[in-house]
Amino acid sequence: MGGISRARLFAIFSLLFLSSMVMAKSATAQIDPSGDWAPRFDEDWEERIPGPEIGDYLGLPINDAARLRGDSWDAALIELPENQCRMHGSDYGWRGPSNLHIWQEVDRATQRVIAYHMHLSAYGAEQTVWMDGRPHPPDYALHTWQGFSTGEWEGDTLVITTTHLKENWIRRNGIPRSDLATARARLMKHGNYLTVAVIVYDPVYLTEPFIRTTDFVYTPQQQMAPWPCDPVDEVDRPAGQVPNHLIGANPFLDEFPARYGIPPEATRGGAETMYPEYQLKMKNMKRLPRPAKVVPNR
Amino acid sequence: MILMRSVGFLKALRGGALTAAMIFIGFFGATPNVRAQQNAPPPNTAGAPDYSKAEVHILHVQGNVYMLVGAGGNITVQTGDDGVLLVDAGVAQMSDKVLAAVRSISDKPIRYIINTHMHPDHTGGNEAIAKAGSTIAGGNVVGDIGASAGNQATILAFQAVLDRMSAPTGQQAPTPEGAWPTETYTTPERKMFFNNEGIEIIHIPAAHTDGDSMVFFRRSDVISTGDIFVTNRYPIVDMQHGGNIQGVIAGLNRIIEIAIPAAIGGNDVLQEGGTMVIPGHGRLCDVADVVFYQEMVTIIRDRVQDMINKGMTLDQVKAARPTRDYDPRYGATSGIWTTDMFVEAVYKSLAPKK
Repeated sequence: MGGISRARLFAIFSLLFLSSMVMAKSATAQIDPSGDWAPRFDEDWEERIPGPEIGDYLGLPINDAARLRGDSWDAALIELPENQCRMHGSDYGWRGPSNLHIWQEVDRATQRVIAYHMHLSAYGAEQTVWMDGRPHPPDYALHTWQGFSTGEWEGDTLVITTTHLKENWIRRNGIPRSDLATARARLMKHGNYLTVAVIVYDPVYLTEPFIRTTDFVYTPQQQMAPWPCDPVDEVDRPAGQVPNHLIGANPFLDEFPARYGIPPEATRGGAETMYPEYQLKMKNMKRLPRPAKVVPNR
Repeated sequence: MILMRSVGFLKALRGGALTAAMIFIGFFGATPNVRAQQNAPPPNTAGAPDYSKAEVHILHVQGNVYMLVGAGGNITVQTGDDGVLLVDAGVAQMSDKVLAAVRSISDKPIRYIINTHMHPDHTGGNEAIAKAGSTIAGGNVVGDIGASAGNQATILAFQAVLDRMSAPTGQQAPTPEGAWPTETYTTPERKMFFNNEGIEIIHIPAAHTDGDSMVFFRRSDVISTGDIFVTNRYPIVDMQHGGNIQGVIAGLNRIIEIAIPAAIGGNDVLQEGGTMVIPGHGRLCDVADVVFYQEMVTIIRDRVQDMINKGMTLDQVKAARPTRDYDPRYGATSGIWTTDMFVEAVYKSLAPKK
């Protein structure tokens, strides 16, 4: 063996073996999320499908500024033509009644995955997740609803980091997420189920990172419907008018706590309301009288 | 960079030197990522900004249009066979770097500088950059301006910009003559055709100042807004130079009226893309970003108007903090344009004149 000692030879073979094991591990650790997925609404149905109540900020780690944005929000804002077709941000879009289609973009020569593309039926939202290590754009570049996303594998989990987001919702009742926020999504596949956990970091409106999960089930027979949207003049109002409630003048904020018997203080949200022990604190809080007849909200 | 403002600069501001301070706004104009830290106390730094370390960044927007960032206010560059047209010229100290950036985009002569308003973070580079260019002279161009008409690029602005930058004969002008507009307009809109596209120069009365122009590149589908729209602070309403919050809102509404978002399959899906919007300061935008900003400014206007209607004084309005839900994003407790100054400008724009 030409002067190579047996011990050195063993070391070389060991290194090669370990390298091959690591490579095999990294290859098998990546579970391709490509395919068609249908949403499951077992989690957070009330918020996701009928839609959140006005003034329900429970469980949101928001600050006072976000709270006032919510209090000032008037649902008539969505009537404005410029808002009617406004799509959800990529950190929120998973929550909608959206079928999901994921596919790979592969470099033909190397067969490496360059990107994952994710299409959600609601608003035709399409997010590209770059897997080729490209840098995020400079801070003076355009922000979009879907933002700019890069992905990497952590074991079996595809971790997506998104920057350059436009302002959007934390909750669809006026609680905003700013355009300075960053989102990190973790896609975890368990057999025929896909769980997407999204963590939002917003230095403007959140006091703590906000996490929520959404589940999908593999549905290869799924067909993706188009989502046409043409803005129209729904209400005749003066140009430039922006529907909003003046400070302290929103008449609807008491409806949610009264209807559900939840202390108004708790409905104001805040990081504390995310945690189970907050329920103990709620026991001593003042509640509003329940309405004589509970009106279904859907 | 926004944290580097000097004590002397703040003193100058208190003395009413808003216009001069605009130089610093552009240079220190916080990018979105920096803005999140704006409420942090400024470090104890002194002296003028070090422009030698500043860089000009180039971003291709779309069509023939580019955006230059880092030389003061944002600069728009339109290029083509006819030459180069700039919207604004940045601060004077950055002129060499701006010229180098322009030359990296096009070797054609600089023909036009259009000033969106008179502040020196947008007009400071007029003189040096105009001298590096040339005007196609002849006919009534020579007749109007004189034999030297071709020796520099044309500087075009609304008439009030020239009025503010110059002075009557015998008086000291606030800016050097070489920086003054060489051509002005007084109509609601000035049209031109350059580099194979129609360009609309739209005057917005009494907005950021009394001499504001927005520039719409029709084929490239890009609007350059000047400081009527910025992404890194509340809009500056320079009331000393004819500004008014109602004009700012009118300008934002005009952008929304002009801009058309992209469409897919014949439907106006997305509400993004399409017309690109270059703000006076901050990042590249589209109409959706303008809508958010317009909603913010309009809501604050409505609140202050309601407080005025209830008979509240300026101090009472300030104490009520009508901007507090937007302050973490756009507000400032120190620097060139504080939240307090913005609220005061809104109040004074709306309060009945005594």
